[in-house]
Amino acid sequence: MSVAVALPVLIPFIFGSLSLVFFNSHAVQRWLGVIGTGLLFLATIVLLHKTWTDGIQVMAMGSWPAPFGIVLVADMTSAIMTLMAGMMGFALAVYSLPSISRDHEAFGYYPLMHLLLAGVSGAFLTGDIFNLYVWVEVLLVASFALLILGGERGQMEGAIKYVTLNLFSSIMLLVGVGLTYGLTGTLNMADLAVKLPEVEQQGLVTVVGMLFLVSFSIKAAAFPLFFWLPASYHTPPVAVTALFAALLTKVGVYALYRFFTLMFGNDVGYTHELLLWIGGFTMVTGVLGAAAYYEIRRILAFHIVSQIGYMIVGLALFTPMALAGGVIYIVHNIVAKTNLFLVGGVIYMMRGSYDLKQIGGLWKTRPLLGVLFLLPAMALAGIPPLSGFLGKYVIIRAGVEVESWGIVAVSLGVGLLTLYSMVKIWAEAFWKAQPEEHAARAERFEQALSQKSMAIMLLPIIALGVLAAVIGLAAQPVYEMALVAGHQLLDSTDYIEAVLGVTP
Amino acid sequence: MEPVMAVVVGALFAASVYMMLRRSIVKLVIGLILLSNAANLLIFTVSGLTRGAPPLIPEGLEVPPDAWADPLPQALILTAIVIGFGVLAFAVVLIHRAYEVVGEDDMDQMRSTDT
Repeated sequence: MSVAVALPVLIPFIFGSLSLVFFNSHAVQRWLGVIGTGLLFLATIVLLHKTWTDGIQVMAMGSWPAPFGIVLVADMTSAIMTLMAGMMGFALAVYSLPSISRDHEAFGYYPLMHLLLAGVSGAFLTGDIFNLYVWVEVLLVASFALLILGGERGQMEGAIKYVTLNLFSSIMLLVGVGLTYGLTGTLNMADLAVKLPEVEQQGLVTVVGMLFLVSFSIKAAAFPLFFWLPASYHTPPVAVTALFAALLTKVGVYALYRFFTLMFGNDVGYTHELLLWIGGFTMVTGVLGAAAYYEIRRILAFHIVSQIGYMIVGLALFTPMALAGGVIYIVHNIVAKTNLFLVGGVIYMMRGSYDLKQIGGLWKTRPLLGVLFLLPAMALAGIPPLSGFLGKYVIIRAGVEVESWGIVAVSLGVGLLTLYSMVKIWAEAFWKAQPEEHAARAERFEQALSQKSMAIMLLPIIALGVLAAVIGLAAQPVYEMALVAGHQLLDSTDYIEAVLGVTP
Repeated sequence: MEPVMAVVVGALFAASVYMMLRRSIVKLVIGLILLSNAANLLIFTVSGLTRGAPPLIPEGLEVPPDAWADPLPQALILTAIVIGFGVLAFAVVLIHRAYEVVGEDDMDQMRSTDT
């Protein structure tokens, strides 16, 4: 029994409710946003530390013992993911201070942000599949509302696709949960890990597994189910997009990791072969889509899709090293991709446009911003010694070890194309001179941006940029941690013992 | 009873997918409503239909004497209905607002953010 597991869910709920109490006082809401996410960040650090030193942490809700009650479980993967949620929540709360407009605050941006974080932490920590569905709905409802804050035409059109497809995938998840209960009579993940292999007709288990695969692939934006993402992610304010990019698709990826290691490992030859193909195609289509665009947010949105492919490949290769690589890649991607969106937001604040053809000349006036863009951009492309290199290296090394040459070649090729997209943004926004016809607007935006807002926005950007470098440079401890996570995912004995209290 | 319910659930799923593939956004929401009801009925059916056997334990016994209806799926459905209600209410407001902003109820006209 460990209260630390429940704190990452409780803290955002408490602060979200408090923000609602002070709905009309935006200054208080801003403070609550920073303090609440700061506390969440601390709580997740404590949780990771406890999980690292004392092993898997379990808390039975209402003291109902598993498998009858709902349990919150933190193994290394969950703890690392929750830490990332806390860290991104904090970074984005700080970044939101100057970048979110007063209108958005008036419509409840901060309460929704807390609710989203609570849903994400809950989804990462729960040990019950129906409870997972509930958390997914919590974070979806918060994300729906965040997506349409402001109510512009593009947001509405994007939101309809986003809402429809995500609801569809939630229903698939619910159907899968119902069928799983019909097959086994339990909803507890650890109990399912014991009972699913005992089901007589293993074919049915695979069918239910496919339902979960489709559902979480939609949420993770995997090929060929990702079309809602590039249609909607570039419409809301950039702090919202960054929050979505950091956490929402990762919930889908995390669920895939959890389900297809712990529970649906009965037919690895079929499911993980399928996952390997999905991963490969996701990488390629995402990166090709990004190459076609000249709008910063659209390029980055397509790169979310492409990077999801690497994570799925980490799961599909199904060795401790590959899973560790996948976990490192998720961490790296959350740090680097969020940071890129944040830099994109600053570029918008200085030039008034996300269109690369209308902006330029940033290197001359803001060399610091150029460096801060290069850090996550090169990390994303996998240039050593930054974080992306470590993630790609471990996954590709795992691919070489199981002699899956095709996916190794695809991964390397996609890395090169990622570099192309990043260099495109670099060359267009930073090196090229500012186009004359849009110079007036750039001038106006540049003047409207105060030194203070700029400094506050640069804080999280600098912190995340440094972190990307630190992950790459301190590769050994990061890799060791991820390897423990990988071993725990692949060998569920510890997980089952921690939750059910019996050795399988 | 189960085969009949299975057919009903299948028909509901088919109808909802058909509605969702129509161009009108109102029909899209009707499709979503049918979809969530189909899922609830499916959970109800797969967990076994039992008539008139409440899961109550008489005094002096440890377990119910006869076969009893499993209360858990009903709790699941109840939760799912509540969640579905909230989400669908949001979806209805969303299509209304989208109709106001775009001035069309045709999905094919809502392409400005597409890729």
